[in-house]
Amino acid sequence: MSAAQPVNACEVNPVEPFLRMDRMPHIWCPGCGIGTTVNCFARALVDSEVDLKHLVVVSGIGCTGRVAGYVNLDSFHTTHGRAIPFATGLKLANPKLNVVVYSGDGDLSAIGGNHLIHAARRNVDLKIICVNNLIYGMTGGQTAPTTPGHVITSTSPYGTFDTNFNLPHLMDAAGAVYVARWTVYHVRQLTRAIQEAFNRKGFSFIEIISPCPTLYQRRNRMGDGLGALKYYKQVSKIRNGAPTSEVGLSKVGEITVGTFVDRVRPDFIELMRASLHETLGGRYVDTLHMEETECQS
Amino acid sequence: MHADPAGVLTGTHFLDGDHACCEGCLAAGARFASGYPITPSTEVVERFAARIPTVGGVFIQMEDELAASIALQGAVWAGAKAFTVTSGPGFSLMMEHIGFAVMTETPCVFVDVQRGGPSTGLPTLPSQGDMMQCRWGSHGDYALIALCPNSPQECFDLTIKAFNLAERYRVPVMVMMDEVVGHMTEKVVIPSAEKIEVEPRRLTTKSPEEFKLYATGADLVPEMAHAGEGYRFHVTALTHDERGYPNMTPKVQQALVNRLKDKIERHADQIVELESAGCDGADVVVVSYGITSRIAQRAIDLARQKGLKVGKLRLITAWPFPAEQIRSLAAKVKAFVVPELNLGQMVLEVERAAAGQCKTVLVPHAGGSVHDPLDILQAIEEAIR
Repeated sequence: MSAAQPVNACEVNPVEPFLRMDRMPHIWCPGCGIGTTVNCFARALVDSEVDLKHLVVVSGIGCTGRVAGYVNLDSFHTTHGRAIPFATGLKLANPKLNVVVYSGDGDLSAIGGNHLIHAARRNVDLKIICVNNLIYGMTGGQTAPTTPGHVITSTSPYGTFDTNFNLPHLMDAAGAVYVARWTVYHVRQLTRAIQEAFNRKGFSFIEIISPCPTLYQRRNRMGDGLGALKYYKQVSKIRNGAPTSEVGLSKVGEITVGTFVDRVRPDFIELMRASLHETLGGRYVDTLHMEETECQS
Repeated sequence: MHADPAGVLTGTHFLDGDHACCEGCLAAGARFASGYPITPSTEVVERFAARIPTVGGVFIQMEDELAASIALQGAVWAGAKAFTVTSGPGFSLMMEHIGFAVMTETPCVFVDVQRGGPSTGLPTLPSQGDMMQCRWGSHGDYALIALCPNSPQECFDLTIKAFNLAERYRVPVMVMMDEVVGHMTEKVVIPSAEKIEVEPRRLTTKSPEEFKLYATGADLVPEMAHAGEGYRFHVTALTHDERGYPNMTPKVQQALVNRLKDKIERHADQIVELESAGCDGADVVVVSYGITSRIAQRAIDLARQKGLKVGKLRLITAWPFPAEQIRSLAAKVKAFVVPELNLGQMVLEVERAAAGQCKTVLVPHAGGSVHDPLDILQAIEEAIR
């Protein structure tokens, strides 16, 4: 790890080397959970063996989409919904890059939903951190595919009625090798989950339930940011290995958290290389060989 | 620098335009393509998918054109030269990421093998209906470069040129083919690698501490860095300052958008390539591009046989538009005749540049085939009268 460790932990917050401090203050509202997730992400890096030089963060558009702009790493703020295909290009052109996609539920599962399922199907080696605040925050609190029923949003003023996505179930079915869900109350578990994802090869998906006090909690009389944390503590139930079909979210029901999927299957690059070595033999010019790319740097 | 011999299929070949375009990509150094199948362009990536594992690189078929047009840009920032290929309906979906490439100054190539539109239109038949879309299709103000091959040989040559211009000016470059050029088969000569000039990426030599991602000198084109090299840069398509940080003020917007436009337009004389013949002393000059230029040539030959003074001006570069050249020629001729496989797109630019100094006559065609040369001849005869 190349990041400078603080000389005196009392003076410098240990996550500061991972942030672009020249861009503070950030744009997130008081009580928003996104900053907490970034803190967990940075703490996961502090304690891990991740090589920061080759760590890249890609975001889409939205409140969580701004994360890429605050991390002191090579970072890309792409178009709405397209962080995953951009990240796919990065990874395939330089397999040595460790690519994290950090974005929101609307960006990843609505406008970017097609890319989400196909990247999971291919098992591209990407770490997806999906901050799910159950709503569109940046644009002013509209209904998202993740918004549970009977929730008031700016575009569902009489309450939502259509079925929301169960993202862990979707990712499980699409082929992700690692699927976990935590809330921003579960900072230690979340930090550990991010470290676990870094230690898996393949498409990993971490859903983080996070409040939008300004637009979700307020409109639905569910309290403020602190109230949301107390609520998460109260209704969350850790059920590691729970069948993902049973972990759907409702407005006031249990929030099932834990590691739901943790399996091994060959990733896209491994499959591509194996196939081409088999069919082309000596004619295959293998540029995706990790050891080879390491020699170049 | 010279081309990497690994990608150069030196020799004399009998290729269609799509396959020649693919060989141009490989010769230019493209080692990554992301595509989505669409007629009549698919043969380009089909050949790339077959060729690239033995050259060294990656082809990935994405889930749609939105993904295809951004995956290649991730690959560029990871160090590859990269492209995608499509046709009308797919090109419409790619507009978002042409804008992204412009705003983030990602050097890359988009190939559009034009077919009849609007919408699904004529999947297997030609048009030149995307000429304005390629220039203006993404939102906001910007400038880019578009080239118009009229033969399989030019599909090879101009594709290399497109990659070189993309690297030189940090801009997406459009290769505007059409169904006829894409599917016609002719002799294509591919020179040896040392005879192919390839523009290297303008990578910075500055240290991470000194480097600003979007700082530029007099030529207005920034240096680049790749992910994974320790620069810790931030790329955003929000309006951004020299560091690449979002800065959404009118002042920064003004400086950025003007630079993006000026870096192309101020270099127009170095970018623009034209082919002209017989324009000195001509009464009428036929202005054409792409496949239509070959039909126009027949009409010009017929007119000359009749003793008419007719010149030829072929737009090899459509964008930036060669306005200066058209303006000076307009002072010397009676009329421009502009045949296009659309209902009038580039003719608007010709008319604008001519600025009333001479007549500008469109020979329209809605697409689905090429012009009858006699229709162009008739327009020449009427214009000269």
